[in-house]
Amino acid sequence: MRFDTPATANPIDQLKIIGQPVDRIDGPPKTTGTAPYAYERHDAVPNPAYGFVVGSAIPKGRIASINLDDAKAAPGVLAIVTALNAGKLGKGPRNTAMLLGGPDIEHYHQAVAVVVAETFEQARAAAHLVQVRYVKADGQYDLAGAKNSAAKPDHGKPDTAVGDFAGAFAAAPVQHDETYTTPDHSHAMMEPHASMAAWDGNKLTLWTSNQMIDWGVGDLALTLGIPKENVRLISPYIGGGFGSKLFLRTDAVLAALGARASGRPVKLALTRPFIANNTTHRPATIQRIRIGATPDGRITAIGHETWSGDLPGGRPEDAIQQTRLLYAGANRMTATRLAVLDLPEGNAMRAPGEASGLMALEIAMDEMAEKLRIDPIAFRVMNDTQVDPEEPQRPFSQRHLTECFRIGAERFGWDNRLRQPGRVRDGNWLVGTGVAAAFRNSPVITSGARVRLDGRGTVTVETDMTDIGTGSYTIIAQTAAEMMGVPLDKVVVRLGDSSFPASAGSGGQWGANSSTAGVYAACVKLREAVARKLGLNAADAVFADGQVRSGDRSVPLVQAASDAELVAEDAIEFGNLATTHQISTFGAHFVEVGVDAATAEIRVRRMLAVCSGGRILNPKSARSQVIGAMTMGVGAALMEELAVDKRRGFFVNHDLAGYEVAVHADIPHQDVIFLDEADPMSSPMKAKGIGELGICGVAAAVANAIYNATGVRVRNYPVTLDKLLDRLPGVG
Amino acid sequence: MKSFTYERAKSPAEAATAVARTQGAKFIAGGTNLLDLMKLQIETPAHLIDVNGLALDKIEPTSDGGLRIGALVRNTDLAADPRVRQDYALLSRALLAGASGQLRNKATTAGNLLQRTRCPYFYDTNQPCNKRQPGSGCAAIGGITRQHAVIGTSDACIATHPSDMAVAMRALDATVETVRPDAAARRIPIAEFYRLPGDTPQIETVLQPGELITAVALPKPVGGTHVYHKVRDRASYAFALISVGAVVQRDGTGRVALGGVAHMPWRVEAAEAAMPRGAKAVTAQLLAGAKPTHENAFKLPLVERTLGAIMAQARS
Repeated sequence: MRFDTPATANPIDQLKIIGQPVDRIDGPPKTTGTAPYAYERHDAVPNPAYGFVVGSAIPKGRIASINLDDAKAAPGVLAIVTALNAGKLGKGPRNTAMLLGGPDIEHYHQAVAVVVAETFEQARAAAHLVQVRYVKADGQYDLAGAKNSAAKPDHGKPDTAVGDFAGAFAAAPVQHDETYTTPDHSHAMMEPHASMAAWDGNKLTLWTSNQMIDWGVGDLALTLGIPKENVRLISPYIGGGFGSKLFLRTDAVLAALGARASGRPVKLALTRPFIANNTTHRPATIQRIRIGATPDGRITAIGHETWSGDLPGGRPEDAIQQTRLLYAGANRMTATRLAVLDLPEGNAMRAPGEASGLMALEIAMDEMAEKLRIDPIAFRVMNDTQVDPEEPQRPFSQRHLTECFRIGAERFGWDNRLRQPGRVRDGNWLVGTGVAAAFRNSPVITSGARVRLDGRGTVTVETDMTDIGTGSYTIIAQTAAEMMGVPLDKVVVRLGDSSFPASAGSGGQWGANSSTAGVYAACVKLREAVARKLGLNAADAVFADGQVRSGDRSVPLVQAASDAELVAEDAIEFGNLATTHQISTFGAHFVEVGVDAATAEIRVRRMLAVCSGGRILNPKSARSQVIGAMTMGVGAALMEELAVDKRRGFFVNHDLAGYEVAVHADIPHQDVIFLDEADPMSSPMKAKGIGELGICGVAAAVANAIYNATGVRVRNYPVTLDKLLDRLPGVG
Repeated sequence: MKSFTYERAKSPAEAATAVARTQGAKFIAGGTNLLDLMKLQIETPAHLIDVNGLALDKIEPTSDGGLRIGALVRNTDLAADPRVRQDYALLSRALLAGASGQLRNKATTAGNLLQRTRCPYFYDTNQPCNKRQPGSGCAAIGGITRQHAVIGTSDACIATHPSDMAVAMRALDATVETVRPDAAARRIPIAEFYRLPGDTPQIETVLQPGELITAVALPKPVGGTHVYHKVRDRASYAFALISVGAVVQRDGTGRVALGGVAHMPWRVEAAEAAMPRGAKAVTAQLLAGAKPTHENAFKLPLVERTLGAIMAQARS
């Protein structure tokens, strides 16, 4: 099905099942431990062996020699694979560094060997016996130090310009020009990267944990140098990804190589201390923001420059993305520069681009509002735009940012706020509130599905879409139930298998809308097949309550499959509506913090997000997405930082004791409001994304609240107590 | 993890004999720290002697009005004990500020005293660390040091001791009771139990090889207001940036011990004489001679401010 004109009325609009806050259908198996994750597929192969990865001890250089004698002689060892015996390996287009290094070493903990043994413990013990001699090379590990050598990246638009930014900024009566920094972040998802590989002749089956099945199949085939059709990926349950599992990673490649070398199925999970440096991370940024405005608060010039680093051939963190679209202003510029750093590979993490960009931009807007003596919400509303500010003939499909602020301000009690900082005290706590805009584009991607109707009236959906904890199973079941007129318990959803039609996958907050639209398309085909089979007119057939009605005839749906299963398959393909219109999601984050007047410890007291993300397919799972994202935003604001040892070239705090994320005690109260809306430009579902919108702007709202509480403006994340301490009033 | 042999001891004497018999043997109780370190091959004992079967899990009154806490009393049970909560609230509060419910259910009193540092370079076997591999150097010095020690450091090591419980024990003048392989028992005041790193940071206590902690004894209660303030970036389940354990009496006198600033729980009895004069005076003496790094210099004013807040709270 091609989607190239705005959606009109369709069966989804009934909202009998779609749009209802139903419990997630994968909840019971997950909470009872019966949903098997990749490393737990004990049923799938008999007698698997175990792989353990050896990571590089140096950040850059080459391997002079590897001695495997002791490791090979260790108990239980079946095979050891290194670059020397792995055969020629390719590299997928989405990987920057080789997933098995050697002789060249590109980053710390880059895999250099996998040891396969009868048990996990034997593999781990033997891995410690692999002796690698390295020759270190000098590397660049300091973004600030490399900033001046940063160049225009090869892809995307390194520079954008509209009007005369320099002239307008220089002439602006009120100016703001500050530099902000965000650190490297780790995804820190609960389930580590894990795979189990089994070869049958030249065909490989990989049980894995991957957000994007079709990309994974293609990149694994390319890496191993085998045809794509010889690779099958199975990933029905994923314990969180946040972008860390968008791409093929070491676990998949080394499980496959280890299985080939040992002649046994091989299970392999990356250990927690290995993940930060072996896999990908959200790259650190340095961002300069300039805003010029008239005294009454109209932005006349807005400029955003960003610097980030990556391995040679890597990509920048696109932190300027939202600044091109969020606020009005006739004169604009952005610039993106990329430095070569020899740290591990930077890549996508939840809301890549906007999450980092808004951390800076939304502090800058708060600072500018203060300079202008205008309420920060009023300042943002005043500079709202209903059209793409770079191309004013191009409207937003829908844009309800102002409503988000208005509703949020009312619910949060914004009007009671004291604009002057450091004035509210509650016992030992300095109390403040802050706000920030949320913005994230809502991309769409071709997504396919197959739908079956069997003789018991069960509708089965098959698609390689993934559920990374987001609720995909449930919203897909709701979509099929709504389309076919059956209750939810008559729908079976099967996901994450490359033998199913390729879907959009989970990433970039495109998954929910794109994949349900694909299921919609397949259901439209199935409805046609059902109508044909029952001799009904497909055009006016109504599917409801297990019946198909057309004219004065009403036939049980199950009858269509009485003699043979009906199967329909289709994909949604998106036309140019996303070109003629800007399709984005919006929101407003409100945060109240307390800062301990003595210790400067910062604790969030309450949070509210108001989100405008098109039709909400399931308010329960959507809320869960947003509160999770808000929590992650608190982490980014207050504690998350991969600490770079700039001499030794690695992320030092590479476990969850050292890399702190927000825990339950950090999050006392969260509230989420969704605007009641539907966007016909986005898809037949009229939905958009919210999984990433929820994190966008949160950290800045926290930082702005800290400023309101203390009068201390921190522009370098995370905002930790040591950055406030010397500016707080005396104790005692 | 390297292969190891394992046995269960039935009495303290038997445990002490067993450990003397095997080169590279270690005791294991809760295992919440040792097993993690073994998995990372930071600790590589050849033999483990499981002491969980020893009957060292009682909390009993002592003849001088104090409490004797068996070495195997779990952190959860110790924190919840009514006598501890009433008379040694500092200890209960420090325990509850540490780890998680699950870990406290497993972790023992003796094991808590003997936890090893959380220095990230100690945890990464690719990096030099004098504590892990004597003589290899210290990667932390000049590196990422926000969590590290500010006082009592050496050119060989700037690691901190991570325990909260030990800070309370130090402020409460606990005594560590042990038995040695030759069956000799001894009582070690906690003030003498820990060592500064010097040039042998791998030796963290005065325990001799094979010496087994059997109990920790607390003297009779000292009264006063007991406060334990653990300062950290997140509200729970984090090691202290600094912590301040204090007992403040009505007349403004009292005692103070610090966590997160040194290779041991940090207390300077002489500094406590300054308590009636306020936090600034106490901190000046308590942290005299501190040598913080650029990244952790904030710990000095943080200690002073935290102590100031505690003293203000105790007064009110």
